[in-house]
Amino acid sequence: MTGLIYGLSALGLSVIFGVVRIVNFAHGEIMVVGMFGTLVLFRQFGVDPLLAMPFIAIILFGFGYLLQDWVIRRVAHLADHMQFLLMAAVAVMLIAVCLMVFKGDAQGVRVRYALDSFAIGSLIVDKVKVYAGVAALITSGALFAFFRYTDSGKAIRACGDNYVGALVVGLNVRRMFALTFGIGCACLGAAGAIMLLLIDVHPYLGPAYTLLAFTIVIVGGMGSLPGALLGGVLIGTSEALAGIILQPSLKTAFSFGLLILVLLFRPQGLLGRASR
Amino acid sequence: MTGNPHRNQARTGITRRAFTVGMGAAGIVAGTAPFNVVRGQGAVLKVGVLLPRSGVQAGIGQDCQRGVEITNGILRDIGLPPLQIMNGDTESDPQIARAQAEKLINEGAQLLVGAFDSGQTTTIAQVAEQRGIPLVINIAAAPPITEQGYKFVFRNFPTAPVILMDAFANQKEVFQSSGATPKSVVFMHVNDTFGTAMQKGIGDIFPKADMPYKIVETIAYDPKARDLSVEVAKAKATGAEALLMVSRLNDAILLTRELIKQRWSPMAVLSMGPGWYEDQYLKTLGNLSDGPLSFVPWYDPNKKLSKALVAALAKAYPDVNVATNHIYTFEALLVAADAHKRAGSTDPKALADAIRKTNITDNVSPGPGIRFNEKGQNDKLSNSAIQNRGGKHVMVAPKAAANAKAEVPMKPYDKRG
Repeated sequence: MTGLIYGLSALGLSVIFGVVRIVNFAHGEIMVVGMFGTLVLFRQFGVDPLLAMPFIAIILFGFGYLLQDWVIRRVAHLADHMQFLLMAAVAVMLIAVCLMVFKGDAQGVRVRYALDSFAIGSLIVDKVKVYAGVAALITSGALFAFFRYTDSGKAIRACGDNYVGALVVGLNVRRMFALTFGIGCACLGAAGAIMLLLIDVHPYLGPAYTLLAFTIVIVGGMGSLPGALLGGVLIGTSEALAGIILQPSLKTAFSFGLLILVLLFRPQGLLGRASR
Repeated sequence: MTGNPHRNQARTGITRRAFTVGMGAAGIVAGTAPFNVVRGQGAVLKVGVLLPRSGVQAGIGQDCQRGVEITNGILRDIGLPPLQIMNGDTESDPQIARAQAEKLINEGAQLLVGAFDSGQTTTIAQVAEQRGIPLVINIAAAPPITEQGYKFVFRNFPTAPVILMDAFANQKEVFQSSGATPKSVVFMHVNDTFGTAMQKGIGDIFPKADMPYKIVETIAYDPKARDLSVEVAKAKATGAEALLMVSRLNDAILLTRELIKQRWSPMAVLSMGPGWYEDQYLKTLGNLSDGPLSFVPWYDPNKKLSKALVAALAKAYPDVNVATNHIYTFEALLVAADAHKRAGSTDPKALADAIRKTNITDNVSPGPGIRFNEKGQNDKLSNSAIQNRGGKHVMVAPKAAANAKAEVPMKPYDKRG
């Protein structure tokens, strides 16, 4: 279940890289902003994080759209390392803003069902994780449907597949890129809202989730949406199994072991396309 | 003097006017020299306080900071010079702790205090020793820190083996007084510097402690873990009656939530470190925080300075309970102020010499007072057992200082409404 939420957050990274070809080093920090936004809605208006999810996704969509159109677009022609630095700078600024506004404390929400669980015989399943997993699946399904069945989704895919071709057929590539970055950030907002049900948020949470998202996306296949979801589920499951079969303290080492194996034997990722 | 004045000047290189000005300046310097000494003695001591104010240990670091905030008022009341506090944030990371220690020293810190965590304290101690700046450790239990032969590192906090020996003795007392004794426990610990030092200590001391229970499984986990469901499921599957814990704050909260979700109420949670008694733990979990027993360095409520500390904290932070973080952070600063007064100087070497001769009997922690052995360790400290009850702490052991009887088994989580 946790793997599904990991997967949803990694979808944001994969969508952006697959189309805009920007490696979003501010990935975790944008998710943290989504978590803080959810926290504010919960504390000020009593909005359940699951209900807050669409609002946060819309707000972060706007943030992502403007970030791409006003800032990232202007450095897109520069060398890769300049783009990396720009995104790292955005990450640092987001951490600083979160620290100023929310301070360094870990903060969380306590919803009515926070400590409930389902019992199926001797098997006990965390209710929050079930809800969160279902929400992640629905969000991912909506995203897949958008890219597959809508004109905008198809246009975005066309821009990702063939940039020059998209220009030639008259697609507004600038708008499509901004839309894509917005969608990527909306995924992060949705993942952040769900994640707040599981863990407390603090401004320094971002880098760990950026690293996790990269691991998932590389395992699943950079730029592949089903790959991101599969990678999330695989990493979540492998961590749980490592904890049960080996030692819980080896969980992280196990997921990075998986990453190394994929890089050695299938560098394009499990569902990625090999570059020619 | 006759003849051409310019020729005279050329011969000596000094004009009469320059000579007069020079003599005047020399006179001023010589005349005020004694006052310089006085100014050196009266200068405020700059103390760099390094704490994990952000990151995974932020809650604890900020709690320690409350101890810092109330210190100058108490020092003034007992006739010690106030301190100029320079704050440094270790971000819960040993390497950042090292960089922050360097930064504070470069900015003029004459003494360092910190840093709650053994890993962070270890790197700060290296810097302090290299730079010849005294470090007074507030909280850090890993024994090696004061086993390196350092000359500038002092610790007024018990080491892991001392905490453990006292903890096992106090546990037996608690079981006896409550009439309930677990026969088996799962030992869960964080795998950071402190956690592994405690795990090693338990490995050494447990066989000699003659405890009534056996450890059926040891589970190490990452203190930064986002999810501890697997760890709790594994512990529950052993069928153990109680949990023996070495935790931090965030993981203690996560573990408690998992215990409830997985419908497991152990007979007792026996914590040998921070986390389970912290204010943030009590506030975050409400009545679900009741029950865990913590075997920790605490304070002697009968000492005069303890009462002053309790009153000062209550005035500054009415909703905060006095706890280890405040007590030992305050005492580290007390050591600094006391040494400054006796040294009559802010020179780091003189301060270190004065700290070596510390003999504070009017203090807060249990035991005869604050004195450092040749390794820079206060080896006269003893620990207590406390239990969370109704958002407060009660002391349940040792018997001499106890103000309540331990409740074992603790009330099951699903019966708390």
